[in-house]
Amino acid sequence: MSVPGSKIAPPPAPARPAGASMPGPLALGPEDFAPVLRRSGPQGTVRPSRSYWADAWNRLRGNRQALASLVIIVGLFLFSSVGPLFWRLDPTAPDLTRISEPPSLSRTARVLPEPPLFPDVVVPGLDPHPDGIDGATLPAPASLEVVGEPTTLGVRLEWTPVPGAAGYRVYRSTEPPAGAYLGLPVGKLDAGNVVSFEDTFALRPQTYFYSVIASNMADSPRPRTIAVTPVSAITLAAARAVRPDASLGRAITLPPHPLGTDGLGRDVLARLMAGARVTLLLIGFLAPLLAILLGVVIGGVAGYFGGLVDQWLMRFTDFVLSLPFILFLILVRVALGSGPGQSDVTALLVGLVALSWTGEARLVRGQVLQLREMEFVQAARLLGASPAHLLARHLLPNTLGVVLVAFTFAVPSSIFTEAFLSFIGMGVTPPRASWGSMCLDGFGSFLTSPHEFVFPALFISVSVLAFNLLGDGLRDALDPRLRSR
Amino acid sequence: MIRYTLKRLAAGLVTIYFIATATFATMHLVPGDPLAGKKALVPEIRENLQRKYGLDRPLPVQYVVFLGNALRGDFGISFTQRNRTVNEIIRDHFPVSAKLGVLSLLFATIGGIAFGSVTALARGRMADQTVLFLVILAISVPSFAFAGLGQYLLVDLNRLVGFEVLPVGGWGSFSHMIVPALVLGLGTMAFFTRLMRSALLEVVHQDYVRTARGKGLSPIRIFLSHELRNAVLPLLTYLGPAIAAITTGGFVVETVFAIPGLGRYFVQAFQQLDYTVIMGLTVFYGSFLVLMVIAIDILYGIVDPRISLAGDRR
Repeated sequence: MSVPGSKIAPPPAPARPAGASMPGPLALGPEDFAPVLRRSGPQGTVRPSRSYWADAWNRLRGNRQALASLVIIVGLFLFSSVGPLFWRLDPTAPDLTRISEPPSLSRTARVLPEPPLFPDVVVPGLDPHPDGIDGATLPAPASLEVVGEPTTLGVRLEWTPVPGAAGYRVYRSTEPPAGAYLGLPVGKLDAGNVVSFEDTFALRPQTYFYSVIASNMADSPRPRTIAVTPVSAITLAAARAVRPDASLGRAITLPPHPLGTDGLGRDVLARLMAGARVTLLLIGFLAPLLAILLGVVIGGVAGYFGGLVDQWLMRFTDFVLSLPFILFLILVRVALGSGPGQSDVTALLVGLVALSWTGEARLVRGQVLQLREMEFVQAARLLGASPAHLLARHLLPNTLGVVLVAFTFAVPSSIFTEAFLSFIGMGVTPPRASWGSMCLDGFGSFLTSPHEFVFPALFISVSVLAFNLLGDGLRDALDPRLRSR
Repeated sequence: MIRYTLKRLAAGLVTIYFIATATFATMHLVPGDPLAGKKALVPEIRENLQRKYGLDRPLPVQYVVFLGNALRGDFGISFTQRNRTVNEIIRDHFPVSAKLGVLSLLFATIGGIAFGSVTALARGRMADQTVLFLVILAISVPSFAFAGLGQYLLVDLNRLVGFEVLPVGGWGSFSHMIVPALVLGLGTMAFFTRLMRSALLEVVHQDYVRTARGKGLSPIRIFLSHELRNAVLPLLTYLGPAIAAITTGGFVVETVFAIPGLGRYFVQAFQQLDYTVIMGLTVFYGSFLVLMVIAIDILYGIVDPRISLAGDRR
């Protein structure tokens, strides 16, 4: 470790003639008696001096995890800011013909006229409500078939009546039913003589297994099952909305939903971009930034002035710190006049800033207390620097490293808070999108369409993970203890 | 020590008083009044109701009455649940939350200590890397995602085995508590694991550990009676925040797993703007958390006499 110490280059040795090093009694020439030239000005340093930040960046560059996290974070910001320029679907526009669609790149659909109402098939002369029959003993319908062509607009079923039934239950499953589980209950008919049903609920071009069971007080355990694969179709009116030149009978390509649609047919990708603006920019980034500015000012003033100012400010800090965080976030929201189910990003922002500056204030105070006794600060004070100048020029900039690390760790906790509050309905609520509210929306249909929940949860997790890893890397890179080692 | 305790308690009471006042102020800042959300009321009935709940009196009077009642531990009657006082709601549902919370805290502490020891002992090796990766994962994934995943896996497990191994939701027996408590304690467990690891790595270089090694104690003995005991202490300071995290985390977990705990009622009260229940539960939760943090700080001073508490020094 000799290099940093020897900052001054040795004076250039005078050139010796060849043969001067030959052994001899004293091989001195006249050039040995020439005076050494005095050089004016500072002597050159061995290598360019490196600033604190360049040093930190160099260390951070060696940390692959942190670097990858940085790339991810930049990507997420681009995703939320530039993304909507390329992905121009309206995140709030519902499309009830395409509810809870799983991720797919493209889908074509045949344009069909609006399907006419399907009248119930009633068996004449059959008692609709027979008495005294135990439903559990009823047999399965003798046959079950599809009427007409099954499309995603509707699948029409008709079955043979079961004598003694007072009703039928229709179930739909995406897998062949095994055991007692028949799938999603899609139809419930309360008359034994009605033997048809049309399923129009969120159909997709895939194979379904429909099961019909007879029922009379109790359900029969014997189902009749049929496999149906509806073809992709769209009504003319809906097709015209996508493409004005659509005509009956032709196939058109529907706009792709690479991450699927949610329970109201809104594009998940577009909503994730819109949600990122709330979760990532407003709550994740802006709230900690403002909180840290507040904390730096309070901590800096407390640390610099000390004494009574310090005591009172720190007492106040301790007090705010002792307030239950989540409870008061909810209270702030209520105080600002938004009831449950109302979206209020401002209240969340205000609450977060007002409650989360305390950690940074303590941190900065501690740093300032240390720094203000250091020589360079005393020198500046001796030169007549005003307190404001000292704080702004010498003390606070030197706490920047610590503050930056604290900021990086504050971002994920803010994102988490937003997600948590939105998930219990106390944060951002539909139609406004945030990652937390999207999780809440998707949670109810987790079993049937997991993508609605998984994607926003994944975005939350990845961004929190990236900020945590970057924070770890920054802490290692900026830690002055590591620096001195 | 006693002086410190009294000082902390006094500060805690001020905080609780502030929480109560802030809650009261907040609830009266809201435009409209507690009866606004209901169906259209006949003016006479409205007046009667206002008189019954004391809403016709001036605000300062209401405030004093509220404080007086709160001091006596009476938070009034729920607006939405007929004939149910807030105290009854707390009495019926807090034990449920408390049981769940204690179990998850237990999971978190035991798991944190165990995993933290594993990482510290196997520093730099596979086991260490694996646990550290899991810790990062547990810290980065929101609790409701774990709750959803837990339920999903339970459904699959039950279907695979053919009978109900563990219930997917609800409340009643110990088996109802296991998965929710695990989900609830996961974040804290990850946090404790990290703490434990760094504390253990620091303790290893202490003189008394070197002495113990020098006098020939077996590594297991050194670990158990010298390293572990000293490294566990820092966990205690974080028990307060951990209790707060688990208490508020219960809001989500109880809702997801359909557990009739206080957290679920709290969320529900906000959703229905149930005036008295919100005020009562906020004050209750606030006091609980504040007192818990104080209790743990005092406990810390008792357990580790080396810690000179701030009050003693001054």
